[in-house]
Amino acid sequence: MHGSSQQIVHHHAPPTGFIRKYVFSLDHKVIGEQYYALALVAVYIGLVLSWIMRIHLAWPNAAIPGLQFLSKTGAPGGLLTPEYYLQLMTMHGTIMVFFVLTTAPFAGFGNYFLPIQVGAEDMPFPHINMMSFWVTFVAFCVAVAAFFVPQGPPLSGWTAYAPLSALGAVAGPGQGTGQVLWAVSIGIFCIGQLLGSLNFISTTLDMRCKGMSLMRLPITVWAWFITSCIGLTAFAVLMPACILLILDHIAGTSFFIPSGLVVNDQLQPHAGGSTLLWQHLFWFFGHPEVYIAIVPAMGVVSHVLITSMRRPLLSHRVIIYSMIAIGFLSYMVYGHHMFLSGMNPFSSIAFSFPTLAITVPATIIVLIWIGSLYGSKLRINTASLFALGFISMFVSGGISGFFLAQPSIDIMLHATYFVVGHFHLVMAVAALFGIFAGTYFWFGKVTGRMMNETLGKIHFWVTFVGAYCIFMPFHYLGMAGNVRRYQAFVDDFMGPLMPVHKFITIAALITGAAQLVFLYNLIHSRFWGKPAPQNPWEGTSLEWTIPSPPPFDNFGGKIPVVYHDPYQYGIEASTGDFVMQDSPESINSVRDES
Amino acid sequence: MAKLFAVTIIVIAIASAIPIVMHIWEPPADISVHGKMIDEQMSETMVEAGICFLVAQLVLGFFIWRYSNRPKTEKIKSFPGGARGLVAAAVVVVGLEVMALGAFGTRAWAAIYFTPPSPNALPVQVQAGQFAFYFRYPGPDGKFGPLHPELINEGTENFFGLDTTHDADSKDDIVTAELAVPVNRDIHLLMHSKDVGHSFFVRELRIQQDFVPGLDLSVHFTPTKIGRYEILCTQLCGLGHYNMKAYLEVMSQDDFDKWLEQQAALQ
Repeated sequence: MHGSSQQIVHHHAPPTGFIRKYVFSLDHKVIGEQYYALALVAVYIGLVLSWIMRIHLAWPNAAIPGLQFLSKTGAPGGLLTPEYYLQLMTMHGTIMVFFVLTTAPFAGFGNYFLPIQVGAEDMPFPHINMMSFWVTFVAFCVAVAAFFVPQGPPLSGWTAYAPLSALGAVAGPGQGTGQVLWAVSIGIFCIGQLLGSLNFISTTLDMRCKGMSLMRLPITVWAWFITSCIGLTAFAVLMPACILLILDHIAGTSFFIPSGLVVNDQLQPHAGGSTLLWQHLFWFFGHPEVYIAIVPAMGVVSHVLITSMRRPLLSHRVIIYSMIAIGFLSYMVYGHHMFLSGMNPFSSIAFSFPTLAITVPATIIVLIWIGSLYGSKLRINTASLFALGFISMFVSGGISGFFLAQPSIDIMLHATYFVVGHFHLVMAVAALFGIFAGTYFWFGKVTGRMMNETLGKIHFWVTFVGAYCIFMPFHYLGMAGNVRRYQAFVDDFMGPLMPVHKFITIAALITGAAQLVFLYNLIHSRFWGKPAPQNPWEGTSLEWTIPSPPPFDNFGGKIPVVYHDPYQYGIEASTGDFVMQDSPESINSVRDES
Repeated sequence: MAKLFAVTIIVIAIASAIPIVMHIWEPPADISVHGKMIDEQMSETMVEAGICFLVAQLVLGFFIWRYSNRPKTEKIKSFPGGARGLVAAAVVVVGLEVMALGAFGTRAWAAIYFTPPSPNALPVQVQAGQFAFYFRYPGPDGKFGPLHPELINEGTENFFGLDTTHDADSKDDIVTAELAVPVNRDIHLLMHSKDVGHSFFVRELRIQQDFVPGLDLSVHFTPTKIGRYEILCTQLCGLGHYNMKAYLEVMSQDDFDKWLEQQAALQ
């Protein structure tokens, strides 16, 4: 507790058995690793799904060997059917957004490092923490189970727009059992995130060690804290929305289904629902979700960048205030997903301006990063390369938001590949770069062994250039009117765009292959990497004051006392150009230059 | 390594801008009265976004080149003006720029959504369903007959669920599979979905609007060029979504009148 004495009470003893140590563990570090491992499994499933989609888009008549084993009806002889394309697309989006982009940078890194960085030996509610992971794990299993039920997973996309998602099997393959499993999975996932957010917030507010004032928290902690606050409200809306969707399927309700709908010449026995209600509920979660993915990545990137630049950012406070502003505005902008949805056209204008306004805090953050590079002493390693790559990706993806925030331009770009390019760069690739930066940076702390830098740099180069080769052309396709969620483009005006699709597919296959280098590096370094010193990057925050890997109770039974702001670099101290947060050494502090 | 990275960022930034500057992939020419405003708004946004993109990437690349791996003896310097100057730049330059863009952009939006259709606009009802569009013209009486969803039957080609036996207004309604319209006349499109969400997108018309089941919406537009254009569904509607298409035929008024007579005879 902040301000309390150094005396501590172990709220749980070190486990002894395998099950309590590695499976149902109460240790926030093990839970963090479990989240990361879950995201790792999920991201490779998502990657393979994207490969299948890309191959099919470029060569629609090519059979993909082995695909028939996943679904005999969906891919007879390895040839993807139109509905199975949509089903794989739905699962790609669902798995990537929920089980990778939410799970790794927030729940994975956050669980592991938030308590250490605030100077706590664990979270206040370890059982709730354990439950949050296992609930998320069950959610993942339920989502994946959709592959194996008759008719397969749903085909309504990760946004599951009603009434397509609510009508049941009559609306198409996978819209019965598959769609119910999807809603159950996401509903359960929300519970896991709510439990996790609760723990993050209380750890940040109540478990800080002596001297750790709010402004002495590293930016990572602020990012996880802000994300938890966003998550607590966003997931609290999605969960009931999923329950209502399930009820429409199994209880004969009509929350999202109006009267008079005729599917396959059958009048549907529903009345009184609103299809736009689903969109409002979904996007009230869905837009903040973008920030749930990106704000933790911003925190990690700032943390890595500061350590690599050997100087604090131009302003610690301004970055934090900007992240808070982004979190706050994130609730006022969700309607930009619905400009053309049929809501009142005046609402589109009302949602347009906050969307444009969110550019301001985002630009402040980017300018502070770039401005802080000026006059720094940048050290280049794989972690800092990914952090710098993140800035480049975030700028590229963010700027296309200038277009999509305007309802009049959205008329031409909505539902095209421009949107797909935009959100992949700004949310998916940027967040993944944050995850990679964090992984290369903290791997030594977590495992006690360093990752291989040569393999890391190969991974970086192919991923950085490859991601641009994939997602920049998406924007060009969108500008030419190439619509998304089509499984083939051969018979219409989009036919001439096929060479671009082929180029993207080849880039996607190569970039995806580089992720196997990362996986190899991860596994090989885990067992045979060079032993990691306690503080390999000469960092200042509390995770670098403890051994690699950290002991069970983080600080060896002695809670630290903090004397300094988090990023005291570029100074003259006995340790070099930096001073650890818990060092009592007196220095001329580096102050904010705002 | 840092210099290579800096060069890579700069090369990628410039290479990304080339197809846009050279107009390699662009939407087809506009054929609507309001479309010019959207195109202008798009161009203005492209210029401003392009400048922001290039400046940010080039400066990032340059700083990485300049400030990496410096000797230990060199001191840390700070950006002139510090955070205060950068915050001011973000608010004044970027913030005002995008807000102004947004404000100007509302003109194009208002031209479509806040301007009522002209009194002599031609009303056409379009119905979207898995996975086809059908169009209905009111016939000589100028009135659409009511819809009876329970009567919808694809086998008997009663796509809208019309009761031509009992409803007088339905008797002369003309149902077609393509959207023919006279050139230079305002078209008032009344949008109805019979099953799930769909969307109506014609690139050349600069019109895209979702169909909302249970909620009948409308848009209006004036086509200015005779020709045949693709209508696409852009809202994921099921397994045949990629194949849900129809055609827009913009004709002279004479050709349209003849076409409508022919279609009436086929009912």
